[in-house]
Amino acid sequence: MPSSDYDPASLPDLLPLYYRRLFPFSQYYRWLNYGGVQKNYFQNREFSFTLKDDIYVRYQSFTTQNELEKEMQKMNPYKIDIGAIYSHRPNQHNTVKSGTFQALEKELVFDIDMTDYDDVRSCCSAADICCKCWTLMTIAIRILDRALREDFGFQHLLWVYSGRRGVHCWVCDEAARKLSVAARSAVAEYLSLIKGGEETVKKVVLTDPIHPFIRESLAVVERYFPRYALQEQDILGRKESVDKVLSLVPEDILFTVYLWLQSLFLQATAKKGQYFEKEIMLQYCYPRLDVNVSKGVNHLLKSPFSVHPKTGRISVPINLKELDVFDPFAVPTISLICEELDRKKENNTESSGRSLAQKGKMVKTYYYKRTTLAKYVKYFDQFLDAMARSWKGELLRKSDLQKEF
Amino acid sequence: YRSSNRSWKLLPNSHTELYGQCLQFYGQPPLENIALSEFETFAVERLKLLKTVENLGVSYVKLSEQYTKKLDQESKNLNFPYRSGPSEIEKRRKDHISHFILRLAYCQTEDLRRWFIQQEVDLFRYRFSYLSSKQKLEFLHKNNLQYDAISVEEKKALQDKLVNSSYAVSGITVEDQDFYKVPFQDALDLVRTRKVYLKAGYVYIPHQDIVTIILNDFRTRLSKALALTARSLPAVHSDERLQPLLNHLSHAYVGQDYSIQKNVGKISLEQIDSLSGKSFPLCMRQLHQALRENHHLRHGGRMQYGLFLKGIGLSLEQALQFWRSEFIRGKVDADKFDKAYAYSIRHMFGKEGKRTDYTPYSCMKVILSNPPSQGDHHGCPFRHSDPELLKQKLQFYKVSPSGISQILELVKGMHYQLACQKYFELTHNVSDITFSLNHPNQYFVESQKVLGGGKDIKREMDTPQRSQENSGRGSAAAREAAAAANASQHLAEMTEELDSFFQDA
Repeated sequence: MPSSDYDPASLPDLLPLYYRRLFPFSQYYRWLNYGGVQKNYFQNREFSFTLKDDIYVRYQSFTTQNELEKEMQKMNPYKIDIGAIYSHRPNQHNTVKSGTFQALEKELVFDIDMTDYDDVRSCCSAADICCKCWTLMTIAIRILDRALREDFGFQHLLWVYSGRRGVHCWVCDEAARKLSVAARSAVAEYLSLIKGGEETVKKVVLTDPIHPFIRESLAVVERYFPRYALQEQDILGRKESVDKVLSLVPEDILFTVYLWLQSLFLQATAKKGQYFEKEIMLQYCYPRLDVNVSKGVNHLLKSPFSVHPKTGRISVPINLKELDVFDPFAVPTISLICEELDRKKENNTESSGRSLAQKGKMVKTYYYKRTTLAKYVKYFDQFLDAMARSWKGELLRKSDLQKEF
Repeated sequence: YRSSNRSWKLLPNSHTELYGQCLQFYGQPPLENIALSEFETFAVERLKLLKTVENLGVSYVKLSEQYTKKLDQESKNLNFPYRSGPSEIEKRRKDHISHFILRLAYCQTEDLRRWFIQQEVDLFRYRFSYLSSKQKLEFLHKNNLQYDAISVEEKKALQDKLVNSSYAVSGITVEDQDFYKVPFQDALDLVRTRKVYLKAGYVYIPHQDIVTIILNDFRTRLSKALALTARSLPAVHSDERLQPLLNHLSHAYVGQDYSIQKNVGKISLEQIDSLSGKSFPLCMRQLHQALRENHHLRHGGRMQYGLFLKGIGLSLEQALQFWRSEFIRGKVDADKFDKAYAYSIRHMFGKEGKRTDYTPYSCMKVILSNPPSQGDHHGCPFRHSDPELLKQKLQFYKVSPSGISQILELVKGMHYQLACQKYFELTHNVSDITFSLNHPNQYFVESQKVLGGGKDIKREMDTPQRSQENSGRGSAAAREAAAAANASQHLAEMTEELDSFFQDA
């Protein structure tokens, strides 16, 4: 699907339209309010905005959905970040006695950034991505989603395209939101297999026994590896990348590796305890996460449905049922959806007239549904419906407790 | 309990009951009168013990033979409990009381709390390892850690996964032992290192591994208790007898932290390149080189290197100029630098945000926290670099082959700071240095001394600590009667002894 050409200079004109007609405020509020189970949950949430000319404002907070809408429509932020739920309203933090204003809860989040894979991708580097290296994101999502659900028991995961070169995961379960810093860092380390910076050549080392988590992750990598590494990245096609692969192999089995290379993984006479072929696959494909993003309770992360100022793409939720065909270049840009909106307005003046006569809220829903954004908002709705079932249970429990008294 | 040192009922009989178990969670504070001199002795001796725990933890693998032997020795020397035995009651009483006294000294800041908790947890782990299985179980039950055992059928169904999750778990373990289902939040250490089977948010732990759970519980309880203690501190601090000692105790553990800038502005930016080759420790030399090559450093590198530069005496203006001119050579334009990076440099100097003056990282901090990942150049090269790459780097810096192999031996034995000391010796052409390296800025100072700085710097460093003691001595003596004057004399002696202990360490 072609996206309209996006020009960052047009943001000041597009953003007001986006925030007035397209941004899904009621779903957004529904999410962050979490069913109203906990008092002041929405009111104590920190937002930060990046405005025109890189002006950055923190500690924004709002009392109602209406106030959020009005403020965003007034400020037209270029970027929106979501922070933690604090002990007091963030916009009043200066009035609070020092030391008592604290971050209490937040979703558990993960940030996978393609630049962290630069040492193992040959097609692009830095901020660029293409369909050949996008597979890395698919692998990352599959591995982490499985682990967070099956190993940790989390259920409400929202995967979001960051708008340029990566994906974010928001784990919204109540238990996740209440995790301490130590717990978040432990979860992130459990999920980390790539160790080492610029000074380390071999970044994955496996020893007996191979933990079930590693086995499961390997199963995912093995599914994608032949197509990804050998075709798309062509790691055996050029001398430098072959050398790179070989640098990860222990010297005493180098000859065996040549045979292995020729037979493309069919048999390797590896000694027991030597897992070099698995280590290589993992080094090339296993997700690289930034532990620091996940461990801070007060860490601010880009909000879903925020616009990426450089690419114009909307940070949309990713439907895992369609993960293998997700195309980051098909994600709508703000210019595209604004244009779609204009087009529809022209064609259906009658129906838009009718809607205008109806209550204010309904007009807004109507508008985004006529753009490519619709399917992403619909998927977000489904995600919220699933969570809402758990909130209902919570609310019932709470009211029961009160009645008993 | 805040008033535990003031008013009291004497309960001599309960000592046997209170100290019947050799290990405790320090849930209840001591309820007796303690003489001031005992108060001081107990506190200082426990601090020595904890300092030993810290040093051993960096030089040896915890609970290895050398580690336990040395800790046994130190516990014996300082008269602390180290084995279960009937004659241990007096020692356990001392252990109990000294722990609570140190809580008062170490609850005040985040850094102090973190240090204290870490050493107490390590001490606890060491002592726990001496308990028999039966005693361990008793301990669990006495402290209300009731976790459910899984059924035999479930064990069988999970057998393969359980065996593959942990090096220590074999098929026999699964058959013989009970496995407990514990919420993962209560077993973070095992989760973090992936040493356990995790399913649907629960970890499955064999009886033999219950220690990790207990450690976690201990850590959490202590952390909460310290936070509570901090709030009641003003009452305790108003006691004139205690205040000087508590202050001194909490400053003693860090020794020199290079937080107070000395020699500000004595170094010019033009000197940095040559200084990086002559007087910077390897970690900072590496960071400086990466910065010059890439015209950029990521956050971890900026913090570690930026604070180090602050410690050697760069002023805020110099720092801003330094980083700015380098970053501009790269992909960052002047505007972006001023908007994005200048803020964090001012932050380092305490001019923004919380306005805490951040202290340069010690070796301990560099080695143990925030390991480098892809794109990073920070950390400790002896700890975080591949031995092959480290060797190449040392060759490039013209270290002799025999020197390199000595260094690599030390790295293999995990003696990272000793390896750095050896690097110092080799690059400065000296042997047998007298200081014990624990801070990158210390490396710099010592290097400048060797290269001709002279004794002036050393004297400047020493005075702050001396003056602290003098004021303590002075004000106490002025206020109190003869008996109190004796006590403060005793205190001064104790603190001087403490000082020299830490200088040797």
